[in-house]
Order: sequence, then structure tokens, then C-alpha cells
Amino acid sequence: MTHGNQLYGPQPDVAGAAGYADAPPRMGFFTDTSVCIGCKACEVACKEWNAVPEDGLELTGMSYDNTQGLGADTWRHVAFIEQRTTVGEDVDVFDAARRLDTAPPAAAAGQISPVQPEGRTELRWLMSSDVCKHCTHAACLDVCPTGSLFRTEFGTVVVQEDICNGCGYCVPACPYGVIDQRRDDGRAWKCTLCYDRLGAGMEPACAKACPTDSIQFGPLEELRDRAADRVSRLQAAGVTDARLYGASPDDGVGGDGAFFLLLDEPEVYGLPPDPVVTTRDLPDMWRHAAMAAVSLGALAVASFLKRPR
Amino acid sequence: MTGSPWDAEPGGDAPGAAHSGRPRRRRGRGERAMVPDARFSSYYGRPILKPPTWRPLDIAGYLYLGGLAGASSLLAAGGHATGRPALARSAKLGAAGAISLSLAALVHDLGRPTRFLNMLRVVKPTSPMSMGSWLLVGYAPLTLAAAASDVVGRYRLVGSAATGAAGVLGPAVATYTAVLISDTAVPSWHEGHRELPFVFAGSAATAAAGLALVAAPVAQTGPARRMAVLGAALELGAFRSMKRRMGLVAEPFEEGRPHTLLRAAEVLTAGGAALAGCAGQRRHGRRLAAVAGAALLTGSAALRFGVFLAGVASAGDPKYTVVPQRERLRDREG
Repeated sequence: MTHGNQLYGPQPDVAGAAGYADAPPRMGFFTDTSVCIGCKACEVACKEWNAVPEDGLELTGMSYDNTQGLGADTWRHVAFIEQRTTVGEDVDVFDAARRLDTAPPAAAAGQISPVQPEGRTELRWLMSSDVCKHCTHAACLDVCPTGSLFRTEFGTVVVQEDICNGCGYCVPACPYGVIDQRRDDGRAWKCTLCYDRLGAGMEPACAKACPTDSIQFGPLEELRDRAADRVSRLQAAGVTDARLYGASPDDGVGGDGAFFLLLDEPEVYGLPPDPVVTTRDLPDMWRHAAMAAVSLGALAVASFLKRPR
Repeated sequence: MTGSPWDAEPGGDAPGAAHSGRPRRRRGRGERAMVPDARFSSYYGRPILKPPTWRPLDIAGYLYLGGLAGASSLLAAGGHATGRPALARSAKLGAAGAISLSLAALVHDLGRPTRFLNMLRVVKPTSPMSMGSWLLVGYAPLTLAAAASDVVGRYRLVGSAATGAAGVLGPAVATYTAVLISDTAVPSWHEGHRELPFVFAGSAATAAAGLALVAAPVAQTGPARRMAVLGAALELGAFRSMKRRMGLVAEPFEEGRPHTLLRAAEVLTAGGAALAGCAGQRRHGRRLAAVAGAALLTGSAALRFGVFLAGVASAGDPKYTVVPQRERLRDREG
């Protein structure tokens, strides 16, 4: 596998590529939204531990989600989605839950009897705790001109608040819309994956506070194995919509350090379906800019070619 | 099949519901290009991306002034070398003034202006802003030295060297700003990353030519007039081919304020270039040149603000994030 500074593609040793000689294993989050109950303990724990300021007290009216999204002052955000779905294709959750204990070879989706008569519809709630993805190829880090954003020994991405000069370049660079500028303060802020707690051998505040273990923290390799097992169990139990998001090192950002198990398309949760780190195309951009600069020079030379009037 | 049950309920804010974009007619030139209905899901219609926090006046203004300065340095070097002292002087002063203003705008836009020197903490090729900062650190003093030497009339050798060096760096200053905004997740900026440097190069040429036409005597502005015509052709041509290639994410260029600004830019640039082409032959050349120059300067500014605002709009609508990415996934899966 290639090492050094890649802009794109799988990178099994992010900390090593960033210059750490004896780095600990890459740490991350696996957020299993199938067991999220929307309690927002993660949001509260994050705010408390990291002393994140208030992010506005508004009632959105769109759902029980008044937090609305990640931002400079919101590093965990519980999305709350209310959907009307047809029950005919749905799953007997109690039956499915029983099967989870008795191991994979379970009934195919079609064999599970519907809980409601044909044709009736019912609401379903999806809840998901969103967070910075700590990308393998992080656009925010790539474009940061001051070196304020850096890769930690745990493979996570952190802003150094004493360096950031508030240029705001990371904000539109993030393909997930995570990082943002704090208005009164001017600097950019986002989840640090509790870098301070990690250094002391503790798990991040949100994972610690999560009552259902929807937020799981650990070495990324281990989490990926656990997630693959979980999604195959859910699939076998008839939850055919279950899928992993951000788990693959082959995706557009080289895989997320914080990835998810979702029960619907990513965009339903406000996540981009196929994010790509913008710096993948940077060599191409520099090439085109160089060609354009040469063209401009040639254009000027051509303008002067005639004899002076 | 996920999503399908909710596709049956178009409209509404419910997530998972397919939002269907109204068919929008592109205005202008009788084109009837219809953008097909985009059906997609979103989280209560909220944007996925964070729009840039940059202030339009500072950053679009910077894109404009950087271009004006960069191409002016070319006119300055050319005028200096070919014995057009008045053209050279106005271009040197223009370059020094524009780059000084643009640096002020850049510092003003920082969340922590007192920390602007942190830009020079690292040299980072993956960050166009870092490369741009270093470029400006080299370029800005050259333009100031060139202008100062010209005005004072001393240290001519240093002045000539600075004029030449600024002329070499000028095209980079004018075009790197396209990389600066393309190297983001903003759909309407990123997808234009191949053509945008050429658009900005052309726009820089028209702006610098415009300034020269306003400020320098007609007898010496022959090269500026030719630069206006060539620059306008480059800008308008590159912009058209960019929009054609971009597909759906070209839509923000065709709507609302960005559309108005870009339409104005097109008219002013084309008109200004046409007038500039005539200004040499007419009796009222001086007045005509001034009008042409003003049109070109305004047109270039309108282009930068239009491109800036279109990008911001594209980041603010989840459609431009979701639909192209969905298409990409579908293509990959075959």
C-alpha cells in the first residue's frame, strides 16, 4: 500500500502518513442508528465536556429536532426523521429482535408476516446522531492555510484554536457541511473526537453518555468488523434497508473515521450520498490554472506584438 | 427498494419525501433548455453543505482586484518594455493599488484579523490559500516597488526588475483564485474547476485593459484595446463551455441575482471590448476609450460577484449536492 501524502484512495495508516512514527491504532466512532432512541444525551454530554456555547434556542416545527444540524456550536446532532411508510413491506420488529439473539440464519424478508393489514400506512421514526466524520482524506485539513487543522496520532482531525485565524476556508471545503465558523469568535470549530479524553485513555463524552450504545467508540478496524457483523444480522432479520455509510476505505474520502449504520438513504439523514474530497482534483486544478496563466501571458504578448501606434 | 414508498408523496417537507424541483426555464438568447425535474430526498429540505462564511464584498472583491492587479502587471511590463511610459505607469499604479486593496480585503475577512500572519506559518501545496498567501507575499512588494520607482523616477534598474518580475507572477495571481474557490465542496465552483481559471484569466485581462483605457492616453493604449478583445473572447468562451459541461450545477448561474450579474457582465464585457476595438480609429477616441474602459471594469467585477454568489446559492440547496452524487452512484453501479 502506498504511504506518504496521498490526496485520495485507501490509506490504511493515516497517522503514519501524517508523520507519526509509533502511532496508536486509529480510533473512531461507529454510530448504529438502528438502536438510537433520540435522547440527545450525546449532544448534552458533548456540550458539557467541551464547554461548547449555546447554539440558539429555537423551535423548528419540522420535527422533534430543534438542533437542526452540526455547526461551530453543535458537534453532535441527533437527526429526527418522521416518515410515513407502508406497513405491508415492513417488519415485525419484535419478531426481528428475537431472531437477533438466535444468530444469523433467519427467515428471509418475505416470510416475516406484516404487523398490519395490507395497504395501511404508519409512521416510522428514524433517529441518528451525526458527528464530524474524521475523514481519511479530510478536505478541511488539506485546505487549511495555517496548519491549525491537524491529524492527531489517533488518526482524528482537530482544530488548534490558538492557531486558527478564521479564514473560513475549511467551511465550504467540508463535503459533509460539518465545520463552521463561530460568529462572535471568528474561528472555526468542530468535534475533536474528545482529543483530551483520548490522550488520558478515556472514551469520548458522547459515547460514554449514550445509553443504548448507538455510539460506539474504539479502534476503527474493530468497529468496522463489528459493524459488518451487525449489518448482516439486521439484513438476515429482514431489515433490508440497513446499510453502512462511510465504512468503506474505497469511498470518495478514503473512508470515515466516524461511520454509521443507516436505515434509509444517506440524504434522508442530511448526509451526502457520495461525498468526494475536493482535493482529489487539486492536481488537475493546478494544471488548468497553470495553463490559464500561460494563456494569459500569451494573450498579453499577442496584444503587444503590433508596432506602437 | 428504499425510498420508493415515499416517492409516492411528492412535495412537503417530510424527509424521505422526494422533493421535485420545478422545471426552470433558462432565460436568455431564446434558449429553451429545460432542466429536467430533479427528484431527490433531503433532511427537511435543509442544505447538506455549509455555505461559505466569506463576505461577498471582501472575497468576490478580492477575486476581482487580484485579477485586475495580475493582468495590469502584464500591461505594465509590456508598456515598460515597448516604450509606452504612460500606459506602463497607469498599469503599475493600478496593480499596486489593486493588490493593496485586495490584501486589505483578505485581512478584513478573517475571523481573527490580528492573526493574519499565521497564513505564513506553513507552506502547504494542498491549500490554495496557503500557496496564494506566499504568492502575494512575493508579488505585492514587487508591484509596490515598480510603482514607486516609476513615480519617483529613481532606482530605475530596480524598478525595471520589479516590473518584469511582477509581470511573470501576475498571471499566476490572476488565475490561482479560480483554484481557490474550486477547491471546495461547493458544487457550482468545484465542477467548474477546469474552465474557471480561463474565465478568470479572461476577466482579469478585460479588467486591466479597462483600467488602462480609462487612465492612459489613447495613443498608447493599442495593446490594452487588443487585450480587451482577446480577454473578452477568452472569458465569454470559457464561461459558456464551462456551463455546458457542468449540467445541473450550472443552474445557479442562470437564476436570481447571479443571473442578473452574469448577464450584465456578458453585455458589459462584450460591449466594452467592441467599443475598445473601435476607440483607436475614431475622432472621439478618448471619450470612447473611457466609456469602454468603465464598461470593462464593471463587467469584470460583475462576473466575479456573479460567480461568487452562484456558488453560495449552490451550497445552500441540497439538490445540487444530492442529485449529481446520486447520478454518479448510478453510473458507477451501471
